[in-house]
Amino acid sequence: MSESEYKFRVAQSLIGRGKVSRRDFIHLGLAAGLTVAASDQIFVTVARAQPQQGGFAKLGMAHGATTDSIDPAGYPDTFTQTAFSGAMSNGLTEVDAKGGIQPDLAESFESSNGAKTWVFKLRKGVTFHNGKKVTAEDVVSSMRYHMGVDTKSAAKSLLESVSDIKADGPETVVFTLNSGNADFPYIMSDYHFVIMPSVDGKADWASGTRTGAFVLENFQPGVSAKLKRNPNYFKNGKPYLDEVEFIAITDLAARMAALSTGEVDYIGRADLKTLGMLKRNPKIEIIEVTGYGHYTLPMNVTIAPFDNPDVRMAMKWAIDRQEIADKIFLGHATVANDSPIAPAIKFYKNPEPQHRFDPEKARHYLKKAGMEKLKVDLSVADAAFAGAVDAGALIRETAAQCGIDVNVVREAEDAYWDNVWLKKPWCASYWSGRATADWMFTQAFAAESSWNESFWKNPRFNELLVQARAETDEAKRAAMYGEMQQLAHDDSGSIVLVFNNFVSAQSKKLGHGDVAPNWENDGLKMAERWWMAEA
Amino acid sequence: MRLNPVAKTVLQRLGLGLITLFVVSIIIFSAIAMLPGDFAKATLGQSATPETVAALQHEIGLDRPPVERYFSWIGKMAKGDFGSSFASRTGYRRTVAEIIAPRLYNTMFLAVMTALIAVPLALGLGIVAALYRNSWFDRVVNTVTLTTISFPEFFVAYMLAFLIISRDTFAGTEFAQSLPVWLAISINWTLNVVPKFPTLANINDQTPFWDHVWRAALPSATLTLVIVAHMMRMTRAAILNMLSSPYIDMARLKGMRPMVVVLRHALPNAWAPIVTVVAFNLAYLIVGVVVVEVVFVYPGVGQLMVDAVRSRDVPVVQACALVFAATYVLLNLIADIISIATNPRLLHPR
Amino acid sequence: MTSAEPVIQTTRAPRVRRTRRSRIRIALKKAPLSAWFGMGVILCYAVVALFAPLIAPYRETQVFSEAFAPWSHEFAFGTDQLGRDMLTRLIYGARNTIGIAFITTILSFAAGVTLGLLAAMYRGWLDQLLSRAVDVLMSIPSLIFALMLLSIFGSSITSLILVIALLDSTRVFRLARAVGLNVVVMEYVEVAQLRGEGPAWILRKEILPNILLPLIAEFGLRFCFVFLTIAALSFLGVGIQPPSADWGSMVRENATLITYGDVTPLLPAGAIALLTVAVNFVVDWFLHSTSGLRDEN
Repeated sequence: MSESEYKFRVAQSLIGRGKVSRRDFIHLGLAAGLTVAASDQIFVTVARAQPQQGGFAKLGMAHGATTDSIDPAGYPDTFTQTAFSGAMSNGLTEVDAKGGIQPDLAESFESSNGAKTWVFKLRKGVTFHNGKKVTAEDVVSSMRYHMGVDTKSAAKSLLESVSDIKADGPETVVFTLNSGNADFPYIMSDYHFVIMPSVDGKADWASGTRTGAFVLENFQPGVSAKLKRNPNYFKNGKPYLDEVEFIAITDLAARMAALSTGEVDYIGRADLKTLGMLKRNPKIEIIEVTGYGHYTLPMNVTIAPFDNPDVRMAMKWAIDRQEIADKIFLGHATVANDSPIAPAIKFYKNPEPQHRFDPEKARHYLKKAGMEKLKVDLSVADAAFAGAVDAGALIRETAAQCGIDVNVVREAEDAYWDNVWLKKPWCASYWSGRATADWMFTQAFAAESSWNESFWKNPRFNELLVQARAETDEAKRAAMYGEMQQLAHDDSGSIVLVFNNFVSAQSKKLGHGDVAPNWENDGLKMAERWWMAEA
Repeated sequence: MRLNPVAKTVLQRLGLGLITLFVVSIIIFSAIAMLPGDFAKATLGQSATPETVAALQHEIGLDRPPVERYFSWIGKMAKGDFGSSFASRTGYRRTVAEIIAPRLYNTMFLAVMTALIAVPLALGLGIVAALYRNSWFDRVVNTVTLTTISFPEFFVAYMLAFLIISRDTFAGTEFAQSLPVWLAISINWTLNVVPKFPTLANINDQTPFWDHVWRAALPSATLTLVIVAHMMRMTRAAILNMLSSPYIDMARLKGMRPMVVVLRHALPNAWAPIVTVVAFNLAYLIVGVVVVEVVFVYPGVGQLMVDAVRSRDVPVVQACALVFAATYVLLNLIADIISIATNPRLLHPR
Repeated sequence: MTSAEPVIQTTRAPRVRRTRRSRIRIALKKAPLSAWFGMGVILCYAVVALFAPLIAPYRETQVFSEAFAPWSHEFAFGTDQLGRDMLTRLIYGARNTIGIAFITTILSFAAGVTLGLLAAMYRGWLDQLLSRAVDVLMSIPSLIFALMLLSIFGSSITSLILVIALLDSTRVFRLARAVGLNVVVMEYVEVAQLRGEGPAWILRKEILPNILLPLIAEFGLRFCFVFLTIAALSFLGVGIQPPSADWGSMVRENATLITYGDVTPLLPAGAIALLTVAVNFVVDWFLHSTSGLRDEN
């Protein structure tokens, strides 16, 4: 190895730490016998792979409304979630890129008493943005904010099983649950449960003082939020960026244009129609992650004709999931099988057989239910999920081939969740998904859940649900969850169409590691985890 | 008592205007009350439980009967207090005034900027078209302006954005490669003559003035294309109408140059219809630009109002509606005053 | 207009009065190229809209396996995102969009003209009441108001038509009232009143024929405007609801393709623009040939 080659190697290793400028590197490359373009290419590749400090990233979010606020009782969409939960705050735990649970503000956690008691030990020496130390008291107040009769928190139901929460000294918090829950740490990673300073025993959210990687500088609801680096952040080296600005760009075409012209470095929810064309742009990278989110068509099993399991089965065979995945989601979705547990989730097991479009089987089950023909209303609106109306149009066409006349009723977008969901016998719905099988089943399939969207009450399923939750033997748990997924597949009123993929697009100037599947925008934590590869 | 006719009109119209605003506030309030859902349900969305909805409704005061809420609102309104947005919480007050003020400034900014370009352009084109009527210039201007208003607004906006993006991407498209090289190169050159206006007009209160102008360029251009046709055609028609009157023939017979005839004799008498149409379009610039705001992500009042309607944030919707209605009333009033002031017969009635 | 003027029939008219048909024929002969073009386009659209099921190659909502198919023999303009034939959608779009715009405009004219003329004839409290009501409606931003009303009543086609007709009739009312005011003071109206004719008769036989021309011109413009309003409402998500084809939503759905130079969204947008231009050409000619503007210098 010649001296120039050696220097070049050294320089390569220094790029990652931001010690070599692009210009110097190209000089070294030339000396080592490379062309300008080649050494530039190496610089970019190496620089992108290595986190480096500095830079200002502009992130285009698919949401944002004038009613947005930093109040964690809300956080209705990706704008507030990514900016205020992901970038500005921390919870006790977080989900990593592999879908596993990691301590965040907590240092460690452990359970006892059949997963009924959970003890979280806080990380030492962590401070809020204003310099105040984070104590167990703050955690208790922050959680209480989402509990009780007068809470306005959208996350209230998640903490319903918590019967008591108390501080044990300044660094330990003890949660007592009504019944055992082996997955409780996952619930603590929910984006609502950020830790806020306690003032007079109440969580103070309005000041915006949190623990996160970024400090809020300027927030204009429905327009943008600008945050700057928290120099005292507790995670070593993080965050990499000096500044981030979240920009609300709800119009899809505007979002695509803003990325193409370089006015933003990243956009959430890229346009699937033009993705192929966007890919041709050498400066753009597209990230696609199969998430936990899924699109469902719940049938109310307490109302005729859906009270007949054979009718439900006929419906399940009368829908072409593959066509919906291909046409509505343009292939950026994974076909589901009437179980809400995504492939990326622990204890996932695909039930047998795979439900697909099969007019023969649909007719067979229809006949078994004693019917020749069936006429049903399907209530849809794009408020349920973008493409629901089109999906209805496709279902109408396939069901017609099975002797089922599906009348697609387009409902008002406004107040869809209030007037249609859980009200109409058959409608479209969306779940952003949950990180564990238990969490998902408890919210959408458990008999007593207020969001049991198909009103399905299967005794065996509900018995298993409680058992599996407190079971600590992994193999037994896996078997139980396997059976539950099969039950949901065979009997429940929920038609699970597809699992969504999070498709985002970004300038190659941004660097990142593996992308987490739990929420969009790298598990909402992109501001903390990503870096600017070239300023 | 004999009042100056202008003063009389102004007083009368302001009185009527106040009544109009009052009725508008009732209509809007009832309309929102009739919309399905309310603020609490709209914000909580899918995750709403009956208890959280009730708690939120109580905090905002939505549990009180609508009539009572309306009167408490109008009582405050009479004292000049627009109230607080429903997004306010204890210890975190967001007044309607502070929400609406920057938006209103942005809307006005865009309207004034567009008017400064569009009105002189429309008048100039209209006068020249009238002067050289039936010439090829007249025909071309007529057809081009007609075409621009014939496309939906959002389409014009997307096309402009496309032009900007094409600066960078045109050379790489299959279309460009199918063209003869000289043509592709000259198209590319033409595209690059246009400055790279931002397709994202997301300004905020810290945006410096000239940056604001720069970012508002594309929205403003879209709106100009949309409103010029109407004003230009009315100018042309009004002047042509005047050109057929005897006194114009007289002026012509005296041997005056056509340009002088139009500017000195026809135009001053044609102001009334022109001003009416200009006022109508200015009102449109403030009231009707929500689509352009959405496409270019420009934070104006239109988008604020649509947002507020979606989230059922009644005080904000009410304030926006009042701002819009007041704009409409005032602009019409100004148009009438100008019509009266430029018409001696109305200004000095017998 | 001559029909309403008292023509003295006792002496022989210097010239034989032309029948309506021959007058129209002469007017048509003098029509400029642009007007001919406009009329041709309108005729084509009308035929397409009326006979859509016969012309269209496929059913309106028929889905084929290939989405975004390229232009081919089988699918003249390719297929859309669900694999529906684009040409069929365009043809049915003509039917839905034009049909709805047409009915809406007729309704808004029926209401606006009747009320406007009544206000002009009776003046007094009726005029005040109607005019103030119209003032109020016009001072509310119409697009956002339409959005609210459609959210309340649901975006069915009936409510779409009624809401736009209501909001649009305010402008028709204004125009009808203004031109009506000029006519009601004419001698022949007074004569008719003295003759003891009823108000309905006077409205129909004396006033309406004399203000028909500006109204027809306005009809063309309003029709285009309704068209664009529906497109804007579709943009905001409350226009004509799928799976019905309509041009506004077709533009909206494919808008992002423009960014990459795909011409698909240009087709429905072009269809809207072509019709608007055509109508305006005809209206221009109409106004021109009847307004008494002298063009010769």
